[in-house]
Amino acid sequence: MSRIWMLVFDSTLQTLSMVFFSTLFSLILGLPLGILLSATSPEEQGGIIPRPVLNNILGRIVNVLRSFPFIILMILLFPLSRLLIGTSIGTTATIVPLSIAAAPFVARVIETALKEVDPGVVQAARAMGSTNFQIVRKVLIPEALPSLVSGVTLTIINLIGYSAMAGAIGGGGLGDLAIRYGYQRFRGDIMFIAVVIILVLVEIIQVIGNKISAKLLARR
Amino acid sequence: MQIMLQNLKRTYGTLHAVNGISLFIPSNTIYGIIGKSGAGKSTLVRLISLLERPDEGEVHFDDSRVDNLDKASLIQRRRRIGMIFQNFNLFSSRNAEQNIAYPLEINGTPKAEIKARVEQLLSLVGLDGRGKAPISTLSGGQKQRVAIARALACNPDILFCDEATSALDPQTTHSILSLLKEIQRKMSLTVVMITHQMEVVRDACDQVAVLNDGIVVEQGLVTDIFAHPQSEVTKDFLTHLVGIDETSASDDQMVHWSKKRGAYTLRFRGGTTDQPILSKITRTTGVDFNIRAGGVQKVGDVEIGTMLVDISGTEEERARAVEALNQMGVVVEEEELV
Repeated sequence: MSRIWMLVFDSTLQTLSMVFFSTLFSLILGLPLGILLSATSPEEQGGIIPRPVLNNILGRIVNVLRSFPFIILMILLFPLSRLLIGTSIGTTATIVPLSIAAAPFVARVIETALKEVDPGVVQAARAMGSTNFQIVRKVLIPEALPSLVSGVTLTIINLIGYSAMAGAIGGGGLGDLAIRYGYQRFRGDIMFIAVVIILVLVEIIQVIGNKISAKLLARR
Repeated sequence: MQIMLQNLKRTYGTLHAVNGISLFIPSNTIYGIIGKSGAGKSTLVRLISLLERPDEGEVHFDDSRVDNLDKASLIQRRRRIGMIFQNFNLFSSRNAEQNIAYPLEINGTPKAEIKARVEQLLSLVGLDGRGKAPISTLSGGQKQRVAIARALACNPDILFCDEATSALDPQTTHSILSLLKEIQRKMSLTVVMITHQMEVVRDACDQVAVLNDGIVVEQGLVTDIFAHPQSEVTKDFLTHLVGIDETSASDDQMVHWSKKRGAYTLRFRGGTTDQPILSKITRTTGVDFNIRAGGVQKVGDVEIGTMLVDISGTEEERARAVEALNQMGVVVEEEELV
């Protein structure tokens, strides 16, 4: 029995590490992309440096990446994992495709949040002589912060789901546990435990995210 | 800082939003720009506040041309312009004092200096002690006061008010206008007020330009425009003003004796009418006046009288009466009979 709990414990840690790092890296990739998408959009949509062609190209790339089935994207990205990590199997290697799969999602979430900022406020900031960088850093991001937090919450929850899928192709974590033990060895109890832990993780993240978002709004 | 506009034009697609506007806005005054929605006000304000470049024409602040500045000088120039808006456009992520501090932050003012300046500004706009208040807890008037403080933070030479009182009730409008007048005097600012409310022009402005379809149809001293409106648009604004006063409780209200509007509108300046004009004309021309409404409005220091009357008599008698009125300095507008 204790062996099972050790397995569960290890798998949970793997999932947490996958989700944490892929959230981090997808934010590093997606945040600038999201800002760029929002900034280059047409003026009437709140773009501060409208660049229709660039915006169109970026938008298409993001759409293609987002509509790609995740499992296939992962397989396609094996060579990249091998290049960056040295292997395409295991928790660390899975962080690469996870981050890349989530980045376009993050970009859209951030773009949407930034576009919600009142254009009048941006106009005021511009009229006061803000540089574009100052508008992004001191106006758009702080004004959109509650929506940004909700967006990041959503991203983390998605990544928990993706990380479980990654388990199916050698990624480790709770998904891997559920498939290898629960499905392939007919251990319904292990499958059940893995699924419950995933549900609990999602719930915890959602509650924390909502709390932070609400707290930010309450201060306004 | 005086502002000179030379033949400004700005087109969006086929719409000539601003279609050749030349204006001279003298230094150290409150200058009104009035027009209905679609008259080109918003575009004009975006052009002179350097948020947009004109297709044609030039904008000069004092002796320097400012419509063709490069990016870096444009940002520097904008930092010397204050601007307030109809919807206040305050940062909801910042409290009152952080809003006021914003323009100082972006030009790199040291923290200690910002703190002192913000205190000073809060007291200038009458919000001492409210610095920590989140924006959502402030009333409309208080929000506009924060916006004014923010606009003045960097000691601008020009303050643009873009429909700054349009979202406020009459009393709050009055107090904001008084504040703006007081600040204008204290800081020797050039204030440009863009509005569709003739009351704002009457209560606050020294000079006014009337905009319609992207051009200036009339401009001059507010007292002159009120006493002798030339264009149809201006007359319309003045009529509208009468209508508004009907319902408001301001002390220069029009008094209506009859629900029906008179066929003639008489306008005269206070002081020029120190004689019994109407009864004199009744005697000399034989017409009768039926006064339907009348009132006096204070425009700056001058009182402008308005009277809505019917004139009865033959066409010839009426024409003679109108002529006699004109000779005595009364402007007569005849309602068109449809």
